[in-house]
Amino acid sequence: MSAGRQSLSFRQRSVIPGFGLTFGLTVTWLSLIVLIPLAALVLKTTELSFDRFIAIVTAPRTLHALGISFGISFAAALVNAVFGTIVMWALVRYDFPGRRIVDAIVDVPFALPTAVAGISLTALYAPNGWVGSLLEPLGIKVAYTPLGILIALVFVGLPFVVRTVQPVLADLDKQYEEAAASLGASRGQTVWRVVLPTIWPALLTGFALAFARGVGEYGSVIFIAGNMPNVSEIAPLLIVVRLEEFRYADATAIAVVMLLTSFILLFIINRLQQWTERRTTES
Amino acid sequence: MTIDVVGVSKRFKSFTALDNVSLHVRSGELVALLGPSGSGKTTLLRIIAGLDWPDAGEVRFDGEDALERTVRDRNVGFVFQHYALFRHLNVFENVAFGLRVRTGKDKVPDATIRAKVEELLHLVQIDWLADRYPGQLSGGQRQRVALARALAISPRVLLLDEPFGALDAKVRKELRRWLRQLHEELPVTSLLVTHDQEEALELADRVVVMGHGRIEQVGTPSEVYDNPATAFVHDFIGETLALPTDVRDGRLYAGDKPLALDSQGVADGPARLLARPHDVDLADPDAAPFAGRVLAVRTFGPTRRADIEIPGRNGPVVVEAAVPHQQDLPTGGLIGLVPRRYRVFNANA
Ligand SMILES: Nc1ncnc2c1ncn2[C@@H]1O[C@H](COP(=O)(O)OP(=O)(O)O)[C@@H](O)[C@H]1O
Ligand SMILES: [Mg+2]
Repeated sequence: MSAGRQSLSFRQRSVIPGFGLTFGLTVTWLSLIVLIPLAALVLKTTELSFDRFIAIVTAPRTLHALGISFGISFAAALVNAVFGTIVMWALVRYDFPGRRIVDAIVDVPFALPTAVAGISLTALYAPNGWVGSLLEPLGIKVAYTPLGILIALVFVGLPFVVRTVQPVLADLDKQYEEAAASLGASRGQTVWRVVLPTIWPALLTGFALAFARGVGEYGSVIFIAGNMPNVSEIAPLLIVVRLEEFRYADATAIAVVMLLTSFILLFIINRLQQWTERRTTES
Repeated sequence: MTIDVVGVSKRFKSFTALDNVSLHVRSGELVALLGPSGSGKTTLLRIIAGLDWPDAGEVRFDGEDALERTVRDRNVGFVFQHYALFRHLNVFENVAFGLRVRTGKDKVPDATIRAKVEELLHLVQIDWLADRYPGQLSGGQRQRVALARALAISPRVLLLDEPFGALDAKVRKELRRWLRQLHEELPVTSLLVTHDQEEALELADRVVVMGHGRIEQVGTPSEVYDNPATAFVHDFIGETLALPTDVRDGRLYAGDKPLALDSQGVADGPARLLARPHDVDLADPDAAPFAGRVLAVRTFGPTRRADIEIPGRNGPVVVEAAVPHQQDLPTGGLIGLVPRRYRVFNANA
């Protein structure tokens, strides 16, 4: 009730000082760091005629690159949502020897320069690498294929899922699971019907972050991807290719499409989150 | 269903939470576990429910070993102290939970679930809240949902951990009466944990007083109130006026002054004479067994209390005595105390 009244007036009397200052700084900062560069990007594309713009973004090579970037990022985020949750579960719920080390390892993709990650993954999965040489006889090729891209994106996205969901599960009081068990639920039913719905909003956030990171990822992917146009070329790379050809407007056109698509996808995920959260939070 | 707890002990690391606890609860009884915070009430309740396992001892339902069954199979209704309602499910689904998780040949048809949940919501008088989420309910309403949810599995044992602990005084009293009624209507044996003596004495058929992981006394409300078995029970239940004494050669002394009071067979050594304030008369200090200085007099509603400082073994102690309304009691003056009904306990017990 009171929230409704508050939102009527823009500024509230409050014991917490500094609203004007922090709000001003926030707007300035966001403008400088995010909005102005984005505006410049959009402005640059206006150099192109509409037909030209459409021609660029519907070129097969562009469509392939966009499809690979978004499709594989989505798949990688899904993989991370599942396995990240399992890793997170083990870290929160069990006390095993080396738990702190595993916990620290989860952050490695955050900290490692992405190019280093890309080179190591390539070395590992190349046909003569440790893992690659094992997969080769099975007919599975990883390096220089979309599968390689997937592995690189799973690698960089893992900590996003683990670190967003971990605190939520850690905060989940064990009495909810005890209540479920006392009502006759099996362990599986308890996880499915009680625990998962509780961590669901956080899991969606982690998924969105991993996905967004995957779409923008460059360094770790270009080594392992092989970058064959129409096969394993990601959109960020295509942008770089166009820049190197001095086709700046082409590059920005692709960038604008990426921007819009990301924005729409994140918006949808955000709504999903709100929808799940609205029901689970105390009013 | 009868519940038998036999010689149950439970340690958390080096801390003994339950020390050889035995208890028999008759079928259909409503028993209150009463004790100060940390006395092991919740631990005992959780062991009976199957949420914890004892280090030693037995738990039997109707004579059958309950410890070999998990909480899932004990069919016990458990109401958690903070309700533990599932926040992502509305009231209806919270109550339906215990029926929805039944699978295979125990699967409950949707129509049956609907009927049962509606019946339960009606029973706990919140039919109109079925579509709300727990976050949109008041404390008292959550309490009712928690109870309906626990009752959905048709338990024959109902365990409630401080069911009214988080509610304000008025709602508490109302729900207390209502719970008693509900217990009468259902074929259930109930065990309720509380640290509120008024609640326990008013609600329960029998009261189990716990202290430091042990059962101090089991009895009807009037038994534990009128005939406390130990000094702990006397102190914990009702108001207590504690007077320091000594027993020497089987006789009571206040300091060096022999008293014309019964030592009640307490062994020689320092002792405490415990009485209810209304069982202690004020008298002339020279003629009374105990005397002290009046520090303050307070009046609230029908009661009047005086703080009286009495010399003790290790310095003065202050006791709170009941003062009749007509009596004038100047602060700073000396006054005598004459216990009419009292109990004597060893001071170290
Ligand atoms: N899981 C636990 N680990 C360690 N100590 C515990 C645990 N549960 C309870 N205790 C301790 O056991 C004692 C009794 O606890 P509890 O049964 O909750 O008391 P009550 O419900 O009477 O307040 C307390 O001192 C508490 O700190
Ligand atoms: Mg407790």
